[in-house]
Amino acid sequence: MAESDVKLIGAWPSPFVLRARIALNIKHVDYEFVEEKFGSKSELLLKSNPVHKKIPVLLHAGKPICESLIIVEYVDETWTSGSSILPSDPYDRAIARFWAAYVDEKFFPSMKGIAAAPNEEAKKAALEQVESGLAFLEEAFGKISKGKPFFGGEQIGHIDIAFGSLLAWLRVTEKTTGLKLLDQAKTTPQLAKWAETFCQHPAVSGVMPETEKLAEFAKLLFAKMKGINPQ
Amino acid sequence: MADEVILLDLWSSMFGMRVRVALAEKGIEYEYKEQDLRNKSPLLLEMNPIHKKIPVLIHNGKPICESLIIVQYIDEVWHHKAPLLPSDPYQRAQARFWADYVDKKVYAPGRKIWATKGDEQEEAKKEFIEILKVLEGELGEKPYFGGESFGFVDISFVTFSCWFHVYETFGNFSIEKECPKLMAWVKRCQERESVFKSLPDEKKVLEFVYFLKKIFGIE
Repeated sequence: MAESDVKLIGAWPSPFVLRARIALNIKHVDYEFVEEKFGSKSELLLKSNPVHKKIPVLLHAGKPICESLIIVEYVDETWTSGSSILPSDPYDRAIARFWAAYVDEKFFPSMKGIAAAPNEEAKKAALEQVESGLAFLEEAFGKISKGKPFFGGEQIGHIDIAFGSLLAWLRVTEKTTGLKLLDQAKTTPQLAKWAETFCQHPAVSGVMPETEKLAEFAKLLFAKMKGINPQ
Repeated sequence: MADEVILLDLWSSMFGMRVRVALAEKGIEYEYKEQDLRNKSPLLLEMNPIHKKIPVLIHNGKPICESLIIVQYIDEVWHHKAPLLPSDPYQRAQARFWADYVDKKVYAPGRKIWATKGDEQEEAKKEFIEILKVLEGELGEKPYFGGESFGFVDISFVTFSCWFHVYETFGNFSIEKECPKLMAWVKRCQERESVFKSLPDEKKVLEFVYFLKKIFGIE
């Protein structure tokens, strides 16, 4: 059998890897998922991403593409089957990139901030940041979706992938803090509905980690992190 | 109807300069509005409510934020002239990767070189030089990061060159000595009108940093 033309180096808990998987699924691309072992980096990974040594890495005919959002754009531009991930209008594309970058630069670090908080006060501050981020995203959803189910409209788009990939970790955060962050009734009704729709989408449902399984992994991850000296 | 293009910017910002270079490469006329970041204008707050930062490009009343996103927008709208990104998807992914590398890595250690002292400054200097060496490695023997043509990665990084004098002065090192090929690339880029017209004089930038250190009380 011929060697797989498309490989994705990743790990099931990673929201960044999930982005690549969703994009590949939307385009109906067959790929080989090369799972990294937790706690070590394979030769293939180090060779394919020598600069950052991180997952995900997409290997297309042996050529590596790194950084999840860059991979998503590459997948969108390379495969024409399935729906478009980025909008065609340049202004809409700029907005899509803006919010994807916002998730990476502001929202995700604020989520991590909750787990990393050394005391209750810091935790409260981190939670407030997450809540204000969600408020921004709720407002953005209203403007961008224009009444359709996704940020991308009728189909999953770039912002859906960038933000939706974090949902399992958001659920784990809700579990550990006992707080409802995506709230149907109060603060984020549109996002709460969007989250459900997103997770049920065929391109997502098979690859989104289960909250329980991820919560178990999170315990393992934090225990390991606490056992390692900070660099 | 003519296009209305406005740029909200700060003269010394290497991020704002990226947009100026891109607009110049495309020959786009625009109105430059200098911003006071210690007293943010209602226009800035209205156009970039999330980050409240410059640069912001306002095209026919609609704002675009984040310098590399703006550069891509400019490339896509004014696509008939001076393409900034390659047409091949793989080459484009590589260009985005390296511009992203510059974005994530260069600014913070650079800032620490002039804003800190002692061990912290030394660490930052080492890190900064290492990052420049990685970029020099990626440039290789090519005239530009994009190959034969000046493009996205060149724009993302060349704007830091007017700050090199600041880093060298406070860090007490020579970028020419550490990365001669990179400096050759800088000189090559600075011959382009879009670059030398968009970047401020490095002495002015150094003066500005002395001023910043004074008002922020940084020794």
